[in-house]
Amino acid sequence: MDTLWKVLLHDVLSQPAVLIGLTALVGLLLQKKAFHQVVSGTFKTTMGYLILGAGAGVTVGALDKFGTLFQKGFGVHGVVPHNESIVAIAVQTYGRETALIMALGLVANILFARFTPWKYIFLSGHHTFYMAVLLAAIFVSAGVTGWPMVILGALLLGFTMVLYPAVGQPIMRKITDSDDIAFGHFSTVGAVVGAVVGKWFGNKEDSTESMKLPENLTFLRDTSLAIAVVMFILFVVVSAVAGQEAVSQLSGGQNWVVFSFLQALTFAAGVYVILAGVRMIIAEIIPAFRGIAMKLVPNAKPALDCPVVYPYAPTAVFIGFLFSFLGGIVSMIVQAALRWTVIVPGVIPHFFCGANAGVFGNATGGRKGAMIGAFVHGVIISFLPIALLGLLGELGYKNTTFSDSDFLMTGIAVGYIVRLFK
Amino acid sequence: MKKRILVVCGSGLGSSLLVEMNIAEAIGELGIDAEVSHADLASAKSLKPDIIVGTMDLFPQIKDKAPHVVALRSLFDKKEVKDKIANLFAPPGES
Repeated sequence: MDTLWKVLLHDVLSQPAVLIGLTALVGLLLQKKAFHQVVSGTFKTTMGYLILGAGAGVTVGALDKFGTLFQKGFGVHGVVPHNESIVAIAVQTYGRETALIMALGLVANILFARFTPWKYIFLSGHHTFYMAVLLAAIFVSAGVTGWPMVILGALLLGFTMVLYPAVGQPIMRKITDSDDIAFGHFSTVGAVVGAVVGKWFGNKEDSTESMKLPENLTFLRDTSLAIAVVMFILFVVVSAVAGQEAVSQLSGGQNWVVFSFLQALTFAAGVYVILAGVRMIIAEIIPAFRGIAMKLVPNAKPALDCPVVYPYAPTAVFIGFLFSFLGGIVSMIVQAALRWTVIVPGVIPHFFCGANAGVFGNATGGRKGAMIGAFVHGVIISFLPIALLGLLGELGYKNTTFSDSDFLMTGIAVGYIVRLFK
Repeated sequence: MKKRILVVCGSGLGSSLLVEMNIAEAIGELGIDAEVSHADLASAKSLKPDIIVGTMDLFPQIKDKAPHVVALRSLFDKKEVKDKIANLFAPPGES
């Protein structure tokens, strides 16, 4: 009996992959799924978690080389924020805490939606997962561990899952002309602040949708491809500045352009693997969560992933990306001139979250609102990571970090508040 | 032959999963024998679906990736999904 207890405690409950699998198992059982579906769902979720870890190693290899060359070329530390890579790195250390925070955080979201006026059910499972990772990292670095951390973390996670949709809702009503759905993507603050600033300068009657953009820009919607292209450009610039000599030390004499091409695509490949893992984790958990939440909170509003707003203003999507990225580049130049840590614009945050800022800005201030709003968003997500780095402990010294505004805001706020009490 | 429906979005995470859940509901209600899954744009072509589904704004990216393409105006409108899927599976001459 003793040994069974030991196995349960040490091998089952301390293994994040198993914990995540158990979360899916509970969801599948609660939905009264058929036996074969329960088995395959549990196995797939657990496998998804292990795939995520496999992708981490691939991205880190390329990122480290990028960081080394950046340091050599520019003499300062360069960080490329990408949720996917930091999450995959972080779960190797904080996996158990993350799994527990996520499982209980889903329950907390249902409780908040049931008993407060914020009736949002947050359905972007990947962001729930990333927020769980962030909270685990913030708490552990501040010295809060064990069950207090899990309970606090889960409550906070559930709270963010209703708070941020509530922040976005006034503008969501403008965008969708209804109050049925909410914005469930942790880039809300950046998009809302951008939209508020854009409103001062623009006129919402002058919509982006009267502009025509070339169709071939849509290739950027393909996440892995967009990462590959932008990282290639970044790698080429950094390698060129660092010089063939520095590249050769890393590449065993490979030509710097070929090296840049292969490293950029290796990074994109790693993100592709991580995304495949995340996809397998949430594919089983979210349908169960949605089914249960909608039963328990009858008048709930679903908070949905960011592409929910794209069809309302497809042109604003690209304007948003371009101007957010521009804001990122301008910020990068300023940081380099100040000799700070430099935040290199990550393509995913600027694309997806910049696009949101574009759509939000268009809803409040039309064409100018979209441009200025997205630019402001790009500046916000370039400066917030610097404030967060010091609060992440070991994780703050990687060449990547969290990238979307609400993760950054939450991390900074919780990190400082927890330190007050320690 | 079971028809294979694939829903795609940029990263294949949130939106495509949501539409997949709605399609699964719709084919259940319509009594259609098909299987539905979701993926990212990069993987879409290699999965060789019979029917590909995405939002309107992704149309240029999905139009050549499957014999049948469904472009949705909205991510969450269950009725639109159901009608478009029903149309696709209607016997010829009835739609």
